[in-house]
Amino acid sequence: MSNRNIFRKSLLAALVFGGVSSGAHAAGEQYFPLQSYRIGPYAAGGTGFFGGFIDYLQYVNANGGVNGVKLTWSECETEYVVEKGVECYERLKKGLNGAPAAATNPLSVGIAYATLDRSTADKLPLITINHGRTDSTDGSVFPYAFPLQLNPYSEVSAIVNYIGQQVGGLDKLSGRKIVTLYHGSPYGKETSEVLQKLADKYKFELTLLEVPHPGNEQQSQWLNIRKIKPDYVILRGWGVMNPVALKTAQKVGFPVDRIIGNIWSNSEEDAAPAGAAAKGFVSITTHPSGTAFPVLQGIRKDVVDAGKGNLADPKRFGTVYYNLGVVNGILNVEAVRIAQAKFGNKPLSGEQVRWGFENLRLDDKRLKELGALGLVQPLRLSCADHEGGGAVRFQQWDGQQWKLISEWVQADRGFLRPIIEASAQKYAKEKGISPRDCAKES
Amino acid sequence: MDFFFEVLIGGLLSGVMYSLVAIGFVLIYKASGVFNFAQGALVLFAALTFVSLVERGVAFWLAFGITMAAMLLLALGVERLVLRPLANRSHITLFMATLGLAYIIEGAAQALWGAQVHGLELGIEDVPLEVGGLFVSQFDLFAAGTAATLVLVLSLLFNKTRIGLSLRAVADDTLAAQAVGIRLPRVWTAVWAVAGLVALITGLLWGARLGVQFSLSLVVLKALPVLIIGGFSSVGGAIAGGLIVGASEKLAEIYVGPLVDGGIENWFPYILATLFLLVRPAGLFGERAIERV
Repeated sequence: MSNRNIFRKSLLAALVFGGVSSGAHAAGEQYFPLQSYRIGPYAAGGTGFFGGFIDYLQYVNANGGVNGVKLTWSECETEYVVEKGVECYERLKKGLNGAPAAATNPLSVGIAYATLDRSTADKLPLITINHGRTDSTDGSVFPYAFPLQLNPYSEVSAIVNYIGQQVGGLDKLSGRKIVTLYHGSPYGKETSEVLQKLADKYKFELTLLEVPHPGNEQQSQWLNIRKIKPDYVILRGWGVMNPVALKTAQKVGFPVDRIIGNIWSNSEEDAAPAGAAAKGFVSITTHPSGTAFPVLQGIRKDVVDAGKGNLADPKRFGTVYYNLGVVNGILNVEAVRIAQAKFGNKPLSGEQVRWGFENLRLDDKRLKELGALGLVQPLRLSCADHEGGGAVRFQQWDGQQWKLISEWVQADRGFLRPIIEASAQKYAKEKGISPRDCAKES
Repeated sequence: MDFFFEVLIGGLLSGVMYSLVAIGFVLIYKASGVFNFAQGALVLFAALTFVSLVERGVAFWLAFGITMAAMLLLALGVERLVLRPLANRSHITLFMATLGLAYIIEGAAQALWGAQVHGLELGIEDVPLEVGGLFVSQFDLFAAGTAATLVLVLSLLFNKTRIGLSLRAVADDTLAAQAVGIRLPRVWTAVWAVAGLVALITGLLWGARLGVQFSLSLVVLKALPVLIIGGFSSVGGAIAGGLIVGASEKLAEIYVGPLVDGGIENWFPYILATLFLLVRPAGLFGERAIERV
């Protein structure tokens, strides 16, 4: 059966069985509930991410599972709609035929916000890789939320550090002009406050320009940018807003290599539709595209070549969204593996897997064993730190594909931590939460 | 002052792009008095079909022809399966049918061609062109030329051809038109096919700007205030409405936006449209409904 047929049949199953589709499953397995989105406006991201995630789970199963425990999953279509995401959460959270749920991974800020309190109440980890609430980095207040690798504040801090490198040092930022063009949504506005704090610290002139959702018209914003004449534009886009930004920048004559895309402006789907206008565009990444990593080669051999690949379009193998899904799979599975070392080689509860996430340690040695050295940054999570990384690399679009142009650039986590803690404490006060004492956690 | 004129011209040219979407609505409205909610889905379906064919090595004009044939088949299907069973039902029934149709067409387009985002190059450079010290987009000028041609062709179709006259008769009074021998299925198929052609042209121009992706079906949101301002039943009104919306939203974003934290260009046209509704409910060029009571 071709991949396209698999996709069509999944879609049909989703329609007939109320939006849920799944593979084989049984008790004795570890279950991953997937609130995926394969149709609707953000389907390109959803199919890539969940395709990579599922293919990694299949790869683990093809190699014996996690210490003998096979992984299982089922999908529930959210279409990126918050209400559907919550409905899917409620439907899937109890596990599947006796297989307990490990964690949820909705890949949606809106759904993550809507299920945050439920996740805590249900003791089920909520994974928001590279996104989510910044203050959920503070695990003393948010025990079940994990903005793995990169929270939004780290993202902009790393971008400012990179711009500092480009102009000859952070001290040279003084008097420079930076415009942030952001998506008109809570996601887009998440970093406005911290950007202003960074502008105050480094004395650069910051202008924040909002692009109304979905972002298919940006003429006035870019005419404004041409008038301001900034040194750099930080593009905090999503979906269609990204290629339109690049095309409109070209239209007003703004140099594309002075536009720096954030983590949701960094895929092939963001650059390729802009055609020649995107050539030279720079963006950050936590997970380079490409198929040379040993783990990708393993997936190709054991899953894709075996005709079990989840992607409808095999050409997307190794693209940014797909590789993010693979990285997400690696982190979820590693959390289960680490938790098994404490709780035994058996299917684990969400509470036990949370312990695994909180004790996630990935150094270069382990990443090499996983075949993911260079694909995933070294991570060290703890009760107090649910992000664990905070570094990005920069890549440039050459007209066909992304090319890495930097080593890991670290966010100024020392500067950000007090801001994050203050925000988390405020949240705790509002919600009447008593923060955990992380010194007592082990 | 140069900056003001640049914003104004840029806005007017953007408005032409909105007009292209609005024209598709006008066509269906003229034939059936119904607001066709599925027009955005038609734009998505047409562009996705075209670009998928081109990516499979089909030549540009052949892909255009095949897509047009697909739109004709779709028009036949819509007429046979949706409109014919609902003939002479109330307008709200037909409107609800187009609402359902939109979801079916969107889903079918993604199931058939996938959810991937596609780039589309029409061979028109989108670099700025300096005219009298002002920067103007070459691509927008091309879009404006296309829209002007389309209006001319549609005007000839409506006023100088037999099918155009039939269409106007059906729009005026469906029952009376049938009574004098006009074949309703033929008129509806023709008008949906023409709306399909307009959707294809719109999809190509918007697709070249946005990339061919699901968001194409959302460009219809820009057409609503255009139609309210210009009138639902006038192609010329769609052009005028588009120009007004395009220019006013850009000027508002630049000069009023900073006073209210920006990001106003999505809702500003709706404010403007509401004001028009208060003073001129049929729009600038729409036909006033006169009913015997």
